[in-house]
Amino acid sequence: MVWRGHAQSWLVRLKEGLGRTREALTQPLTELIRRGGRIDQEFYEEMEAALLAADVGLPTTERLIARLQEEVRRRPVTDRAGLAGLLRQLIEEQLDSPGAERLTPVLRQGPEAPTVYLFVGVNGAGKTSTIGKLAGALRREGASVLVAAADTFRAAAAEQLAVWAERSGADIVRHQEGSDPAAVAYDAIQAARARKIEYVLIDTAGRLQTRTNLMEELKKIGRVVQRELGRPADEVLLVLDATIGQNGISQARLFGQAVGVTGIVLTKLDGTAKGGVVLAIAGELGIPVKLVGTGEGEDDLQPFDPQDFARALLPDEVGESRGGVNG
Amino acid sequence: MFTSLSDKLQGVLRRLRSKGRLTEGDVDQALREVRLALLEADVHFRVAKEFVARIREQAVGEEVLGSLTPAQQVIKIVHGELVRLLGSERASLRLTGHPSVLLMVGLQGSGKTTTTGKLAGLLRREGHRPLLVAADVYRPAAIDQLRIVGERLGIPVFAREGETPVAIAAAGVEEARQRGFDVVLIDTAGRLHVDEEMMAEARAIRERVKPDEVLLVLDAMTGQDAVNAAEQFHRALQLSGIILTKLDGDARGGAALSVRQVTGVPIKFVGVGEKLDQLEPFFPDRMASRILGMGDILTLIEKAQKEVDQEEARRLAQRMLRQQFTLEDFLAQIQQVRKMGPFEQLLGMIPGMNRVVMPEGAAAESEKQMKRVEAMIRSMTPEERRRPEIIDASRRRRIARGSGTTIQEVNRLLKEFEQVRQLMRQLGGAGRPGKGGSRAGGLRPPFLP
Repeated sequence: MVWRGHAQSWLVRLKEGLGRTREALTQPLTELIRRGGRIDQEFYEEMEAALLAADVGLPTTERLIARLQEEVRRRPVTDRAGLAGLLRQLIEEQLDSPGAERLTPVLRQGPEAPTVYLFVGVNGAGKTSTIGKLAGALRREGASVLVAAADTFRAAAAEQLAVWAERSGADIVRHQEGSDPAAVAYDAIQAARARKIEYVLIDTAGRLQTRTNLMEELKKIGRVVQRELGRPADEVLLVLDATIGQNGISQARLFGQAVGVTGIVLTKLDGTAKGGVVLAIAGELGIPVKLVGTGEGEDDLQPFDPQDFARALLPDEVGESRGGVNG
Repeated sequence: MFTSLSDKLQGVLRRLRSKGRLTEGDVDQALREVRLALLEADVHFRVAKEFVARIREQAVGEEVLGSLTPAQQVIKIVHGELVRLLGSERASLRLTGHPSVLLMVGLQGSGKTTTTGKLAGLLRREGHRPLLVAADVYRPAAIDQLRIVGERLGIPVFAREGETPVAIAAAGVEEARQRGFDVVLIDTAGRLHVDEEMMAEARAIRERVKPDEVLLVLDAMTGQDAVNAAEQFHRALQLSGIILTKLDGDARGGAALSVRQVTGVPIKFVGVGEKLDQLEPFFPDRMASRILGMGDILTLIEKAQKEVDQEEARRLAQRMLRQQFTLEDFLAQIQQVRKMGPFEQLLGMIPGMNRVVMPEGAAAESEKQMKRVEAMIRSMTPEERRRPEIIDASRRRRIARGSGTTIQEVNRLLKEFEQVRQLMRQLGGAGRPGKGGSRAGGLRPPFLP
């Protein structure tokens, strides 16, 4: 799937967002780096604060800082900018660790049509919009797409998906509100086969990961897909709102246990939240981030780039001021 | 609700309590753990730092460490600080306009539309006549969603195609005035706090309709950025209250603790489930107690009063004492308890009922068992329910088959029911049920693990 090229990088958008607010939280770190000077305890503390503020979480933050200190003992890093660069490198490594698989190609293709992607997540994470955008991107590449409205619970969820489907020229399979979502998935795959459609994107109802009965319902959808396809869904994508805090870990774990999450879509990155919890998720569970959503526009969905991500976590000025103090 | 935070804090405090005397080192160790617990719960890192510093300041003084019950004192301090963080006093809605106008704002996906519906339902239960106004013209099908929510609640929805949100909001208020609605709830589009255009639109709505309340709907699962978003919304719109959503599940709710502290805007309601009546007023002191495992008996009692049919309860109690208690009555009792909500939630309100006493999943397990018991009783004939002694082997087989359970389970149900009956006979026979204090412990609902 080729996406690069259109739309500006999400980092640019992210920076725009930051520029508008001039976030007070990461400022002190940038300031400290600009000022240059020795690496002291205060500097480590500010680094810790920057990571915590980005929702990386204390255990992962402490581990990263400890590794950083270890590195510093081994190689001669004396200035603050160099240290920040080193930390960014550690972050990239974590996101690209052997546990988390490589990001290209971004989404797995099925061995035979249709390729099926299942979207799961809590309420309001942005599942339906993500599917709409992905359908649009695939259509623009000339692929045929069918979306399945298996969120039969939320009022007007199917209508919302229908609007997206119409915009992108994708087919839609929907049943009545309150009907069995697994049946929708079944019909969607059947319909895609009959109409020789390449991609099936299944939207599911938002559910909190602790609601056992709803998670059972989700497992059933997974089972039906597997039975009809002869293999599990080619991607099971957990849609995570970038503003999510440490609860994201629990979501990744429990959704993973239920339906075998293969990747994460990090949405709403156009705000000031950075979604640092994916760092903890990659480290603890080995689930990679595959796509990022950066706005409400139809083309605001892009492949995830660990480098951009690390740069967003630790302010960009850090890299630019490396090698000298120019502030 | 706040489970993870509350488990951690309770653990810290329990360890503290196990020590007779406390040194400054003990307190420091405990406070380090408190900070970790707060951060894990997504409390903003600066708020967490300050919180811990304030406790330390109060806790290491001579009076506390030198007192006979230092751990108790520390717990009291933590409780006090939690209450302070959460906002000290219950803040209710100001409904003074004619009609009163409530403007609902928030980020995308925070649960505005559902919450708007829930709040309208709650206001109607309090005797108001609410009108819902659909001013989200951006998200596909948002208006349909509000319409459906309104239909389910039987509350009218005002919507208009092809107009700006400002015009729709104003027209909605006018409509309410003319048709005699006393509260108008305006559902607006989700917007990012950094989106200047959209924030300007929200400001324009605010200026046009002059709301009595501007309520920020905030997802309890939000991380560190919650503070950022809330501050920006407050700066742009002068919020009068916050509604936290999705506080069921294992949301850590740290955002709740931080946002109130940073913005000074009170939390007015919390959403605790997907059903349209699952919105509760927010009581800082009760919430603090719940977080520290001190229970929330007041809410439990209110719930019981709202859900349990008093007459029915009295009738059941009398039948129990007169030894006329049948499986039919037992079924009625189960249904009453289940009406009050999921076990997990109820247990959190009982003091001491934390994860140590009730391991995770145990409540859900009991609930499942209750359902099976219900199924078994429903598979019995009325005669069998009144006189379980007539249930022989073949009837047992039929009941097991009919309820999708096993004969063993049916046997167990009948045996335990007989035991309960005998116990009641003893209590009733004694004539003074109050005296059976120690025995009454055995009166816990049977069939629970």
